[in-house]
Amino acid sequence: MPNPIKVRTTLDGDVALIRILISHPMETGLRKDADGNLVPAHFIQLLTVTYGDRTVLSAQWGRAISRNPYLAFKFNGATRGGKLKITWTDNRGDTQTGEAII
Amino acid sequence: MQHNRRRFLRSSGGLSLLPLMAAAGLLPAAATAEEWNRAAFASRNMDDFLKLMGGNAPQQSDQVTLNGPEIAENGAVVSLEISSNLPNTESIFILIEKNPDVLAGTFTIPSGTLPDIQTHVKMAQTCNVYALVKSKGMFYYSAKEIKVTVGGCGG
Repeated sequence: MPNPIKVRTTLDGDVALIRILISHPMETGLRKDADGNLVPAHFIQLLTVTYGDRTVLSAQWGRAISRNPYLAFKFNGATRGGKLKITWTDNRGDTQTGEAII
Repeated sequence: MQHNRRRFLRSSGGLSLLPLMAAAGLLPAAATAEEWNRAAFASRNMDDFLKLMGGNAPQQSDQVTLNGPEIAENGAVVSLEISSNLPNTESIFILIEKNPDVLAGTFTIPSGTLPDIQTHVKMAQTCNVYALVKSKGMFYYSAKEIKVTVGGCGG
């Protein structure tokens, strides 16, 4: 099991600032290892963030998102104690879900 | 030969299995909800990407803000912030002109979410970065040249 998805939330009025840090190699498929062999591409393609049953952000990523991806965004209508769910899927079909309380 | 084989795989087994697998719970939920846009991410340059997206030719707009460093010492981690003051901003695209794949990421902004995102991207070399925004079906952009000291793609 990879490291959990790290989430920081800040509430300003009803605007929530969400900062997400995911542990993932995000290999481009262009990098060579110490022996000169290409490291196969391995990167997150889909990411969805839901607040309760409302999708607050969905993203599609390519190989150019940095290793251990960072994402910050804001949404309206948040209240303290609200539940956030973050799910990603990578090009190998691996998936991980993280949860956070605002 | 290759072509026939692909067509055969497509029509017979490959894709038609997907709904069955999804029904059986074999696929991650996100994969059934949304499909990764393989073609868009395979765009080699801006023209290819824009042709694929259709719509109008993007207009430069001061309502789209792209913040990033003037010089990125490490092309593997370039911090970007993109925001839009355009009404009904539906999605944000990050495009890096001289990367092997020009499209770095797309972000869909549902109503209630502010069109203001931050993320980190890799840049192969010094070039223009474009923040492209879709609002009411039209495309607008802001561009910024970021100088890269050490590229972050091959490593």
